[in-house]
Amino acid sequence: MSDDLLETFRTILAGEFSVPADEITSDATFEALGLDSLDVVELTLVLEDKVGVKLGDEDLEGVRTVGDAIAKVQERRA
Amino acid sequence: MTPAGGPAGGDRDVVVTGMGAITPAGRGVAATWDGVLAGRATAAPDARLAAAGAPVAISCRAPAFDADAELGRGTTRRLDRFTQLALIATREAVAQAGLVGPDDPDAIVATDPDRVGIVMGSGIGGAETWESEYARLAAEGPSRVSPLFVPRMLSNTAAGVMAIRGRARGPNLTVNTACAAGASAIHMGRDLIAAGAADVVLAGGVEAGITTIAISAFAQMGALSTNPDAGGASRPFDVDRDGFVMGEGAGVVVLESRAHALARGAAPLFVVAGCGASADAHHATAPPEDGAGAALAMRRAISDAGLDPADIGHHNAHGTSTPLNDVAEARALHTVFGAAVDGLAVTSTKGVTGHLLGAAGAVEAILAGLALREGRVPPTANLTTRDPDIHLDVVAGAPREVALRAVLSASMGFGGQNAALVLTAA
Repeated sequence: MSDDLLETFRTILAGEFSVPADEITSDATFEALGLDSLDVVELTLVLEDKVGVKLGDEDLEGVRTVGDAIAKVQERRA
Repeated sequence: MTPAGGPAGGDRDVVVTGMGAITPAGRGVAATWDGVLAGRATAAPDARLAAAGAPVAISCRAPAFDADAELGRGTTRRLDRFTQLALIATREAVAQAGLVGPDDPDAIVATDPDRVGIVMGSGIGGAETWESEYARLAAEGPSRVSPLFVPRMLSNTAAGVMAIRGRARGPNLTVNTACAAGASAIHMGRDLIAAGAADVVLAGGVEAGITTIAISAFAQMGALSTNPDAGGASRPFDVDRDGFVMGEGAGVVVLESRAHALARGAAPLFVVAGCGASADAHHATAPPEDGAGAALAMRRAISDAGLDPADIGHHNAHGTSTPLNDVAEARALHTVFGAAVDGLAVTSTKGVTGHLLGAAGAVEAILAGLALREGRVPPTANLTTRDPDIHLDVVAGAPREVALRAVLSASMGFGGQNAALVLTAA
């Protein structure tokens, strides 16, 4: 698990999705953070800007938590 | 008054029990009313429009607010500004009507939410969203368009989100008659109650269209004021008027039958006694010179209220400050009122607020209702020399004290669509 990526998610989710920073852990589900499926797609657009990786529909299958999404970003980078 | 020939359960004696507004003149109905009574023009240089190179950089912006703090986290991202404005006005209206409890400012608890309808008017819908996402499409391509574009932009989203937050499962409609939409929505809301389709209707109008594309287009039409003195740019009925100033805001009223209001202990503020609608059937944007379509809507509203023109003491005019509108509206008033026009205290509150487009009719119905209740007609801001072609008693300078039994508010939309409302004392 990349601490840098978790920090990036924290910055994005807190700054652009108004999620309280202390709720953003790798175990937190997007649903619990108040993001619905459209928000998650929106999040992929912001991620593309910040980390240069675009997660597509297939990548998002099974992604429920922040940690799941971080793992997908790392997979795509590998 | 009881229903005459209406469907079972319908009741045409429809009253307003709550009002909410956010306008350039202020946050809330009271602040807006104070600004309008004081004749404080709100048109000002607009730095965002100037930075974008817009051909006109004057606007009337609503007071700033923190949408995420007030309306819940993520609101700014999920909801276009027009929906945010509608939610702010709605909260004020449902609170005054006593429809919400102490725990949740949105959830309607004091009446059956399944029979709470919503009718909102909006001319454009999510204008800022259209502009920003189209720019993204053009610059970065289709894969970068936000999935939130559709729910942010759709003009029925304000009414939809009001229903979600209020848990209001009655009929839910959005009407678009352009700049008459706010008045049309109140008309349709009254009719839903009269038809027995809802016990309570939240009705109003909203607009947040101060965008570079809209300003550019209205400027190309020659509809906007280019007055170098921003504060004096919106000057309805004045000989030096040269166009309207674009504003933004929302107005929402709570409508219900008098019987329903009294049964739940709510105080009627005034009566929506008559509603009239018409089309010019003339031109896409210009009114006929004689204002015949507007006159038809006004006559229908007065007749619907069972009144004669001489019963109406005050008219809150559409009065946009464009050369064409104000003259046509004056002619319409002469057609409808005849000699009785001399007894009509006319004002255009757009001298203060600018033109709120789809919100105008709702905000102006609220202001006309306050004039009725308080017996005070606000002045038309910036009116220094009345156009010699406009033979009306336009209130200027200071509010006028006058005992009022019934008032009229009329709105005329591009497309040639007209709406008029007659309000009477509760």
